[in-house]
Amino acid sequence: MSNRKKHWEKTKGQMIITMLLWFFFGYVVFMFGESLNSVSFLGYPLAYYMSAQGSLIAFVVILFWSANKQEKIDEEFGFDTGEDD
Amino acid sequence: MFKGKFIDNLPKIYGTYTGGFLVFIILMAIAEQAGMGAKTIGIMFVAFTVSIYAFIGWLSRTVEVDAYYVAGRSVPTVFNGMATAADWMSGASFVAMAGGIYFGGYTYMAFLVGWTGGYILVSSLLAPYLRKFGCYTVPDFIGTRYGGNLSRFCAVVVLTLASFTYVTAQINATGTIAARALGIPFEAGVWVGLFSILLCSMLGGMRAVTWTQVAQYIVLITAYLLPIFWISNRGGYGFFPHLMLGEEVARLAELEAQFGLVKNAAADIAAAGVPGGLKSISLPHSGVPVGPMAAWKFISLALCMMVGTASLPHILMRYFTTPSVKAARKSVAWSLFFIFLLYSSAPMLATLSKLQLMDPNLATGIIGKPIAEVMSIDWVTAWTAQKQAFIADFNGDGILQLNEWFMRGDVVVLSTPEVAGLPYVITGLVAAGGMAAAMSTADGLVLAIANALSHDIYFKMIDPKADVRKRLIVARSLLVVIGGFAAYIASMRITSILGAVAWAFDFAMSGLFFPLILGVWWKRATRQGAVAGMIAGLGSGLAYLIYVYPKFMGNPAWLGIDHLRFGIIGASVCLVVMVVVSLMTPEPDEATQKMVDELRVPSGKTILGKQH
Repeated sequence: MSNRKKHWEKTKGQMIITMLLWFFFGYVVFMFGESLNSVSFLGYPLAYYMSAQGSLIAFVVILFWSANKQEKIDEEFGFDTGEDD
Repeated sequence: MFKGKFIDNLPKIYGTYTGGFLVFIILMAIAEQAGMGAKTIGIMFVAFTVSIYAFIGWLSRTVEVDAYYVAGRSVPTVFNGMATAADWMSGASFVAMAGGIYFGGYTYMAFLVGWTGGYILVSSLLAPYLRKFGCYTVPDFIGTRYGGNLSRFCAVVVLTLASFTYVTAQINATGTIAARALGIPFEAGVWVGLFSILLCSMLGGMRAVTWTQVAQYIVLITAYLLPIFWISNRGGYGFFPHLMLGEEVARLAELEAQFGLVKNAAADIAAAGVPGGLKSISLPHSGVPVGPMAAWKFISLALCMMVGTASLPHILMRYFTTPSVKAARKSVAWSLFFIFLLYSSAPMLATLSKLQLMDPNLATGIIGKPIAEVMSIDWVTAWTAQKQAFIADFNGDGILQLNEWFMRGDVVVLSTPEVAGLPYVITGLVAAGGMAAAMSTADGLVLAIANALSHDIYFKMIDPKADVRKRLIVARSLLVVIGGFAAYIASMRITSILGAVAWAFDFAMSGLFFPLILGVWWKRATRQGAVAGMIAGLGSGLAYLIYVYPKFMGNPAWLGIDHLRFGIIGASVCLVVMVVVSLMTPEPDEATQKMVDELRVPSGKTILGKQH
């Protein structure tokens, strides 16, 4: 397999993991809203908390984590775009 | 003071600007103490901030195509994050979101999840690849990847429909705020709003919009957070409201049980003469509605907003402005961080605001008090006079019940400082924040439409030999025409702010989502497939909207897919048609396949040249 192909395979893998995490915090949590709400977190009902803050925080963390992960993959195959911010 | 290049000085420049803005707030507070009138303070806030944006717009004027369309591809990640956040958070987010939660509680919070989660799709599936492509507009990508003027044209149609639906709502919001702050009629407010929007974007295109959006973000986030922290600290609810309002949320549930959540009959509302668009509190604040249908409604709304996010051109084009592919990806993360700061605060604002109104133990509480007494409170008198609030004594006992208090959702954010008894300077600040939010989104949207028409229709299809000067003249003229048309529509007051905003997401996802992602992720996707997908997706979405929307045909929603969620139908049809037609047509030629391979590699030159 060529370098490019391997890079793309890994990129796809990373994309799928990110999508699964997205699906969990965006949908799975809210499928069980009724039962989650009987649990208390920081004094809030849990489903309420997840929709107000919890899932939002998860999304931000997933984005930074995933961007770093993808940068590592790019570096590994020599497709780094160099230092910039 | 600022040596070296503009970009290197950004933190210093915006640091000074933020400091200056805070000083201005303090000066206004002192002026208020010295006896300056509420009206003058409102005018000062709006005039001061809008003239700063206009000044930035003028400083960023340009005669280069690259700067006009993609800000010279030199916007650093964090600043692009702020600009995207301002681009994203519209008048609806700023003015209507806390109000929506106030009335809709948990059910409405599907919007919070939906309007943030979409950024994961943007980052994983699209932004880095579109940046590598090097396009100026979203239809530019569709047109080049699939080839042919027809695919480009279809993409322009979807973009225009989605963005235009959205922009009228924004200009509507600027009009409402300008009218209130400046004390002029709504119709005049709309044109003042439009004029301010054009001041920011006309001379410098994307470059000017970028730097004004950063300035607008700073104003809007200050205006949103300051009152929340103030009320929370002053009322003793907690030093950091986001982590400490658990008891207040529980107290609201208690009060709901005490007063009872009653849904008024439509006939009663009409008989009492409640003005249109006003609502009473009838849904639980934190309680989850029972049953799988309620859960599906939450999830399906979040899904539409997420997929719509990843298809809206005015957001995607913000990532064309970063220096590299890596920077585009990081910039998406920063965007969501800056959006999160406001979105996670909206439920807290709704909680505090509702408690101020509902808790009979607080001086500000009005529920359960004699109506005559409530009517004599200053802010109640002011808002009822403007038909933004209403009291209907259904049971005729002279006491205000929870279901007898009506208010327009948009008023919650604008009125909370007054309701909680904060100085007027905060109300002025909030008006400036709302104005910044609506203006920044309108700027991005008008620019997205004008750029697509000038680049994709005029330059790519009508006159490919046009020189730079001519192209920019066309781009600027279109900006004025589109803005003017949007303001004209807004001044006719056709839709309420939120119905229209959700529609923009549904239109965008119906026509653009799958052609965009399959263009990157599926080499086999063909031109015929993309064109058929866009037409079938948008067509079926639109048809379903007409079928289900109460003001059109008003048929019962199928599986709970109502007019806010019609994108589910459109996008599904688009996917099926696009895949089937692609498989029936010969696979794309070798050059296209090579182009897709090249697209997937983050390093190296962009696929389209610098001046295309």
